[in-house]
Amino acid sequence: MSQENTEETQATETTETFEPKIMAFVCNWCTYAGADLAGTSRMEYRPNVRIIKLPCTGRIDPLFIIKAFENGADGVLVSGCHPGDCHYTAGNYHAKRRWIAFRSLMEFTGIDTRRLQFSWISASEALKWVDLINNVTDEIKALGPFMDFKNLKG
Amino acid sequence: MSRIGVFICQCGTNIADTVDTEKVAEEMKKIPGVVHTQDYKFMCSSPGQKMLKEAVKKHRLDGMIVSACSPHMHEKTFRRACESAGINPYMCEIANIREQCSWVHHDKTKETGTVKSLDLTRMTIERLKKNQPLKPNKIPVNKRALIIGGGIAGIQAALDIADGGREVLLVEKTPSIGGNMAKLSETFPTMDCSQCILTPKMVEAELHENITLMTYSEVEKIEGFIGNFRVTIRKKARYVNEELCTGCGDCWDKCPFKQDSEFEHGLKKRKVIYTPFPQSVPNIPVIDAPNCAMLQKGKCGVCAKVCGPKAVDFEQKDIVVEEKVGAIVVATGYDLMPNEHFGEYGYGRIKDVINGLQFERLASSSGPTGGKILRPSDGKEPQSIVFIQCAGSRDEKKGVSYCSKICCMYTAKHTMLYRHKVHDGQSYVFYMDIRSGGKRYEEFVRGAIEKDGAMYLRGRVSRVYEKDGKVIVQGADTLSDSQVEIEADMVVLATALVSRPGADTLAQKLGIGYDKHKFYNEYHPKLKPVETVTAGIFLAGTCLGPMDVPESVAQGSAAASKVLVLTSSDEMIKDPTTAIVNDFTCNACWDCVVACPYSAIEKTDIKDREGNVIRRLAHVNDGVCTGCGTCVAACRSKAIDLKGYTDEQVYAAINAF
Repeated sequence: MSQENTEETQATETTETFEPKIMAFVCNWCTYAGADLAGTSRMEYRPNVRIIKLPCTGRIDPLFIIKAFENGADGVLVSGCHPGDCHYTAGNYHAKRRWIAFRSLMEFTGIDTRRLQFSWISASEALKWVDLINNVTDEIKALGPFMDFKNLKG
Repeated sequence: MSRIGVFICQCGTNIADTVDTEKVAEEMKKIPGVVHTQDYKFMCSSPGQKMLKEAVKKHRLDGMIVSACSPHMHEKTFRRACESAGINPYMCEIANIREQCSWVHHDKTKETGTVKSLDLTRMTIERLKKNQPLKPNKIPVNKRALIIGGGIAGIQAALDIADGGREVLLVEKTPSIGGNMAKLSETFPTMDCSQCILTPKMVEAELHENITLMTYSEVEKIEGFIGNFRVTIRKKARYVNEELCTGCGDCWDKCPFKQDSEFEHGLKKRKVIYTPFPQSVPNIPVIDAPNCAMLQKGKCGVCAKVCGPKAVDFEQKDIVVEEKVGAIVVATGYDLMPNEHFGEYGYGRIKDVINGLQFERLASSSGPTGGKILRPSDGKEPQSIVFIQCAGSRDEKKGVSYCSKICCMYTAKHTMLYRHKVHDGQSYVFYMDIRSGGKRYEEFVRGAIEKDGAMYLRGRVSRVYEKDGKVIVQGADTLSDSQVEIEADMVVLATALVSRPGADTLAQKLGIGYDKHKFYNEYHPKLKPVETVTAGIFLAGTCLGPMDVPESVAQGSAAASKVLVLTSSDEMIKDPTTAIVNDFTCNACWDCVVACPYSAIEKTDIKDREGNVIRRLAHVNDGVCTGCGTCVAACRSKAIDLKGYTDEQVYAAINAF
């Protein structure tokens, strides 16, 4: 199948049945526990997100994010402890600094920065997690599938 | 080639209601490397765990996935089961299909839940394929402890640790232990005489076979890490031989020079060779070198002439010693805010305006007046005293933003002591709020007002000045909405508690955090109140912030219990999730050293046979590393990895997405 054809089929999918794939990189102590709390409280949210747990957002290498996009993610989410609450005192500050630098790199390379979202979610903010997932899913849905890397792969 | 077993838990109906566990088990079997899959009602139950163990043996598994509840719930349970079945516990991974799948996606057709469970389990399987067996790190632990600061918190910590059978080194900056508590007259709310309850503890600390006192000494340098600290301590020259001195006091009796006593807060003079107070521990004097005529000009030497055992030694020098300890308790205490902050209250200008600790000394039977309340200017008994609360506290503009916590209580105590000693004296208290939270504290304050007739005026003082031998206090009484002027004989300021000068320098040496007021930061204000971010260093008492004696004692004991836990065995077992440097690819840019919040990464030298440095490398200290992975992401040459969360593992999971 030619590339053009793929694009066409994807484009029609966008409006109707497109379900984005979202990868979330979260820290073990705040956001992962917050997502657990959403479960324990039996809240409901969109099923589009797949979590990868890391000890701290400071562990997140920007290449993880690129790799996620390369593997078909339509959106990537990074979430950790609130500033000042990091389990490891300062990992989230490192993550934030990296994120700022990485975002301008994304802009430069032409990836829509709305596809990468950053958030602070504590272990008690289950509702914030639910809202975040729902909003991000809707937003990415509106943006449509991320084709740039998929096309490169052929 | 891996032999992985995948176990899917139904969790009763908690998972099975929205996830087709049978289908998940079936699908997972198709993944290369997976040799056995199974779903079961309750994996965490004992039949469930028995089943796991049997499957490990039957199918010769070398790795295991449990798709079940959150790893925060049962990761330990399943890893333990793995270990008892003979596989490394770190070869067991959990896929969270309950909290993050079945409980949040309520699709009864089971489609949504099943699709997500398949993804989550598959990602975890691919991750597991890259797992390496890990062994817990074992760090040798030196069982000695160092306590910095010999106030009540430090003494309590020292005694508890020493009673627990561990050696303690108690380092105190001043010539005697005892701290601020030794200056107090009585203690609220029980009115125990402070020295009566403190001095037995001081003596016990001196005599305890497991405690070594190092007074008049300061910590200069701290190196090493938990269980293995090397501490450099400067033992300042006392000019008195501690072995020979009997503490008879002939030297200070005959010394012709006087200076303001620090212990009495300037209310009394001391000699130039002195002990801070009569019950000093150790009862060995020091010579105040800058003010000693013999040491400065070579003229005098009276103390040496009268000393029977010939203990005075003008040639003595500072001694610097290095000690090895496994744990450190920091209990450096507080100071009162310096007087230049209180110009409008006349402190430092008007002799009869004093601070809280000075009043304690006046009320103390061992104080400069022998326990009589006499005003400093003319030694007369004051007929009225005004107490001004929140002098510097809760006042961000002129002082500090925080509440000093103990002043409400000690001011109530002061009014009581005053009434008990001067029966017809009248006390007035200007206050903002009365904060008397604590066991029997509120009743205590009510007692001061109702039984001992203290007059409490809610409002601030605007001006204090001297007129005809009286101290005039002008202020507002906001409850009656009027301006008041009181002709008092004396004014006592409840000045704010502040951190010790140099608290920041010590914190930097220790590698612990402090706030903008230079009070030390606990690891977690609720759950780790005496720990610091630097493993093996603990805190106690008012170096953390204002607190009263019972709290300081409790914290001293809490810190001691932490030290005893740490030193309870010869080796400390630490989670193996730590960073590791690849020596071949590290190019010594030190980005990791800068990134590490725990100073766990050291710069090491690789030397050739002749001792020349040929390469430099980063090296992670497993004893200090907490496994956050910040260094891993910071490393430009990808030379650091985090065990348990390696790049390979994470990429494998992403690739299976």
